Amino acid sequence: MAETTTFTNATQILEPFRGVKKVTIEEYFTSGHRTCQGCESALVMKLMVKAAGPRTIVLGSTGCMYVANTTYYTTPWVVPWMHTQLGSSGSAALGTAAGLKALMRKGKMKAEPINVIAFCGDGGGADMGIGAISATLTHKEYNSLILLYDNESYANTDIQISGMTPFGAHTTFSPPGRAKRIMHTRWKKNMAGMMAAGHPECRYVATVCASYAVEMMNRVRRALTIGGPTFIHSLDPCPKGWDYDPMLSHELGELAIETGLFPLYEVEDGQVRYYGKTKAIVEGRARKPVREYLLKQGRFAHFTEEDLAYFQRKVDAMWQTWEIPAVVPFKRLDATKSALGAT
Amino acid sequence: MAVATKAAPAAAEDKELLISGSEAVAEALTLADLDVVTAYPIRPYDTVMQAIAKKIANGQLVAEYIVAEGEHSQFEIVKHASTVGARVFCGSSGVGWAYAMECLVVTPPLRVPMVCLVGNRALDDPGAFGVEHNDALFVRDLGWMLCWIDSSQEALDTTLIAYRVAEDRRIFLPCAISADGAFLTHSQALTLVPPKEKVDTFLPRYNRGDLLLHPDNPITVAPQANEDWVIEIRRQNDEAMKRASTVIEEAYADFRRVFGRAPDNPWFEEYMTQDAEVVLVGMGTISLPIKVAIREMRAKGKKVGLVRLRWFRPFPTEKLVAALSKAQAIGVIDRDYSMGSPFMSGVVANEIRAAMYNADRRPPLLSFISGLGGREVTLEDVYKATEMCYGAAKAGRSDAKTHWLGVRD
Ligand SMILES: Cc1ncc(C[n+]2csc(CCOP(=O)(O)OP(=O)(O)O)c2C)c(N)n1
Ligand code: SF4
Ligand SMILES: [Mg+2]
Repeated sequence: MAETTTFTNATQILEPFRGVKKVTIEEYFTSGHRTCQGCESALVMKLMVKAAGPRTIVLGSTGCMYVANTTYYTTPWVVPWMHTQLGSSGSAALGTAAGLKALMRKGKMKAEPINVIAFCGDGGGADMGIGAISATLTHKEYNSLILLYDNESYANTDIQISGMTPFGAHTTFSPPGRAKRIMHTRWKKNMAGMMAAGHPECRYVATVCASYAVEMMNRVRRALTIGGPTFIHSLDPCPKGWDYDPMLSHELGELAIETGLFPLYEVEDGQVRYYGKTKAIVEGRARKPVREYLLKQGRFAHFTEEDLAYFQRKVDAMWQTWEIPAVVPFKRLDATKSALGAT
Repeated sequence: MAVATKAAPAAAEDKELLISGSEAVAEALTLADLDVVTAYPIRPYDTVMQAIAKKIANGQLVAEYIVAEGEHSQFEIVKHASTVGARVFCGSSGVGWAYAMECLVVTPPLRVPMVCLVGNRALDDPGAFGVEHNDALFVRDLGWMLCWIDSSQEALDTTLIAYRVAEDRRIFLPCAISADGAFLTHSQALTLVPPKEKVDTFLPRYNRGDLLLHPDNPITVAPQANEDWVIEIRRQNDEAMKRASTVIEEAYADFRRVFGRAPDNPWFEEYMTQDAEVVLVGMGTISLPIKVAIREMRAKGKKVGLVRLRWFRPFPTEKLVAALSKAQAIGVIDRDYSMGSPFMSGVVANEIRAAMYNADRRPPLLSFISGLGGREVTLEDVYKATEMCYGAAKAGRSDAKTHWLGVRD
């Protein structure tokens, strides 16, 4: 029985929810978790698995969404759930999908499309686990979704800088001090753009924000339907790490989009499609100034006007000089020159 | 259940093949109908992954063959595949095994019955391809079953036995089979490869049971337990390791019934120990030069024997103590080091010292460290060690020093 072509598992066809009233009522992430009040990442978990439905296996790497979410005897997960190591979301997705596929194609398990979702934090995903995620995104024969919930710090260990922490933010590893106001001078990684640009056979990459819940769930449904390995980056306001009143989580998510700091887009088969408020920005609506977003958060309380201006310039450059605005940071030579000339 | 040993049909005969230790493991994996395997290159274990790749390419084995981007992922991928019910295989050598350490740590408490081949290799630095046992020994305290083999035949047989034991619901622990780099991974010998029917009689399908991660069995695996439960979970692991002693004996007995071979004593091989005054102890292919040396010494009237330890975890404490107590002196030759340990001895020597502590009869025990980095253990080395053991036997005590054999001054 020589196999000449590669075998691809079928996927569940999950049509988009057409409006909030059409969203299914069943919950697969329920009570039992112990996250902070206003934790947006917990909402992401709930929406993610609501979108995926009951025939789903979820793997979660170490971080708040494990430690604060999955206490023995009080698990909130209604679907099967398993912990994976901090840097292992890519491997967890791949191994689970490969195990199911092997058993199904050899007739050792009833064949049916089962969603495999592995989630990771920004520390686990964009720092430690980036190699494994990258590898998984090249294994097109295995269906899985890797969802990176980005609360912009190693939150569970007491809020430390990750490669996804915004410039200048106050964390326990980057406290503003007398000699150094800004301890964290690196710019945030462009995870979704990098995953999309670097993995030509990954059919679907998207960014989401749970402030736009239906849009977010529909991106999850698309990722699971299209098949192969897929990647979603979710920006999650975190009251503890960002230092704001928990009731502002939703609003901060909106501001991240409206300031253009975090673009909402999907890349399907190589085609970039902006959506939501980001689409309006691309079509000409003015971006709100980033200070409106930054100054609502204690982690930027030490910023001077100079810091705010620097931040604004960096965001402006994303929109004005990147070849695909806010997605891919390459620029045409002349555009680079004019941008440099302007400063 | 059918017993396949007698009146087996013609098709059900063993085949005899000239294969290396790594190739013998690949034969066993094919017979075991492996489901998921992950590979990453490092010498010398990677010969097994080359052999499996050929089997899959030629259609002899249907399995997911995943080349990982590092050993950490290599071990994590199969760990997860196992939790959804797949029979999995993995392996590594030296620093590759070290790179996977985090994953090796979590596998036993997750009760994942992974089977691995460790092609024993010296750790960096400096670079060396040759054998040392320190790599596999990293995990000796963590709930891994560990064994050492010394022939292609044993490689094949032990792989089948390892799955049978690891996947037994009473155990559900990973098992690493250690094969000395080059001496066994790459050396060919005539090996009996049994027919699939016999293997099916011996090795049931892996059944993950109530631990299966599947939408029909919506469990939460490895939740945050903290001090509320961790000690109980450790204790359960420990109990599983204890039960492994019984299950391993059952498996060898059943292997003998089905395949018509397998040692009576699974735990260690005894070579000319019956009347031995000095008993040497070692693991792996060091048995080869020691056996030659023993025959030479016996020709000159010296009663020397060898205990080749197969199973290091679980450690066969009582049986080993009973076997070694009879000697006038014991010489343990470690192919590993344990720097700063009691008497600066090797790992095996210190384990045996600990095991002998409560024995009624405790012969003097000498510790030797030899063959590191793949250096040949020569007959001269063995003669020298034996002479020192005779000295200790005569004195009735050992000087509790550790002797390095074959080291340039
Ligand atoms: C290998 C390893 N190193 C360090 C840790 C400690 N640790 C536990 S949770 C965590 C934070 C993870 O951050 P992130 O992935 O962003 O998730 P978050 O906690 O922010 O939700 C760290 C560093 C660990 N569990 N494993
Ligand atoms: S620290 Fe942030 S991510 Fe963690 S539980 Fe609290 S709000 Fe959620
Ligand atoms: Mg984080």
